[in-house]
Amino acid sequence: MNPLVLWFHKLGSPPYFYRFAGRWIPWLYTVALVAAAFGFYGALFTAPADYQQGDSFRIMYVHVPCAWMGLFAYLFMAANGFIALVWRIKLSETLAMASAPVGAAFTFITLVTGSLWGKPTWGTWWTWDARLTSELVLLFLYFGVIGLYHAIEDRRQAARAAAFLALVGVVNLPIVHYSVIWWNTLHQGQTVSLIGPSKIAPSMLWPLLTLAFATHIFFFASLFARARVALLELESGKEWVRALLPVTETSHD
Amino acid sequence: MKPGSTSAACLALLRRDLTLVWRRRGDALNPLLFAIIVVALFPFALGPETTVLARVAAGTIFVAVLLAMLLSLDALFRSDLEDGSLEQLVVSPHPLALLLGCKIFIHWLTTALPLIIIAPLLAQLLQLPPQVLPVLLTALALATPLLSLIGAVCVALTVGMRRSGMLLTLLVLPLIVPALIFGAGACNAAQDGFAHAAPLLWLAAWLVLSIIVAPLAAAAALKISLS
Repeated sequence: MNPLVLWFHKLGSPPYFYRFAGRWIPWLYTVALVAAAFGFYGALFTAPADYQQGDSFRIMYVHVPCAWMGLFAYLFMAANGFIALVWRIKLSETLAMASAPVGAAFTFITLVTGSLWGKPTWGTWWTWDARLTSELVLLFLYFGVIGLYHAIEDRRQAARAAAFLALVGVVNLPIVHYSVIWWNTLHQGQTVSLIGPSKIAPSMLWPLLTLAFATHIFFFASLFARARVALLELESGKEWVRALLPVTETSHD
Repeated sequence: MKPGSTSAACLALLRRDLTLVWRRRGDALNPLLFAIIVVALFPFALGPETTVLARVAAGTIFVAVLLAMLLSLDALFRSDLEDGSLEQLVVSPHPLALLLGCKIFIHWLTTALPLIIIAPLLAQLLQLPPQVLPVLLTALALATPLLSLIGAVCVALTVGMRRSGMLLTLLVLPLIVPALIFGAGACNAAQDGFAHAAPLLWLAAWLVLSIIVAPLAAAAALKISLS
């Protein structure tokens, strides 16, 4: 077998993943912190103030990466849910369920920073605009997945049911998104695009991209940490978990 | 029709579910009463001015109907789970999606259709302009099956839980937002004298997609829940 494929197959095994994630978590957190510090320096000091919004636009450097991560985490959760349902891989169930609270937190931060920015700029904390509303619906979808996962006793069955709900959500997400867009729109259009030139000055763009990179790395660090704990809980009866515990004489006196 | 064939099984299931609803026809009236009471609360809260009520009428009726249906959705599979017939459906040789489709159809027929029938009464209570009524009825006829179908998928995921009511609401409502937007949007457009065909067509397109996909999804969800 091709070594990369072999490694990928090995990664599906909980003890292997536990050790792998344990090795990577400190590095990921370090990279995320350094990149975030670098990005925030750029965002707060080197990027010029916006000619219309002044300094209040700088909240975008938290808002936009978190908004991207909210969507990315949902897609990651749904992709892992799909793998978990089709190939019954235990690790994918764990990863899908571990990414739900992280994604929900990112979505929540997006909503909070958005309304903090909206107050001075639009003059209101909240408006029923397309993007705000679909972000709110996304948060509710996350809550649904998390709620369903915690409502079912059996952990593996709960993960499969919640993963299925996440998949139903993915099918519905475009419909929800476009229905909301046609319903009402005030939020500005897309300024950063992968294809073609971005409509943003380069001096403002690079901190944004650095912070987006930092949040991605942070997402995986946080995901790995959550998944490790979840795996220990799920596999608590297994030999490899017992081997991890400090060797103690089991005495009953 | 040969006994033992799939169509005979579907017919038997339809007849059984209808009989069950008929035997407990008092319960079947609850969603109607709920919708009427919710609609009747709005004039108390908003004041009796005709213009204000007419402005919010279509949206209010839509929300009331969706909530009334949501209330009854919880019980979609409950009695079948308790008496064991749900497991029989799952292990039967006939396609589960088709059988669930029959159950969803009965749910729509016994819950949504009465609500659509009393919708003109609700419209009168809230002073909806008469020319909007046909649009409202069409939108309800397209949006209520969607709620039955999407709701059935979520009910299948929560089946067997003791207190699933609040959770079910949390699962269904975000997914049903487009039905509300398109349905109430068509009514508001008609009220303002704009073209209203496009949102209705979108609703219809989504309904067609859901009729095909939702029973399959409900079957898959039920197999996860009962595994």
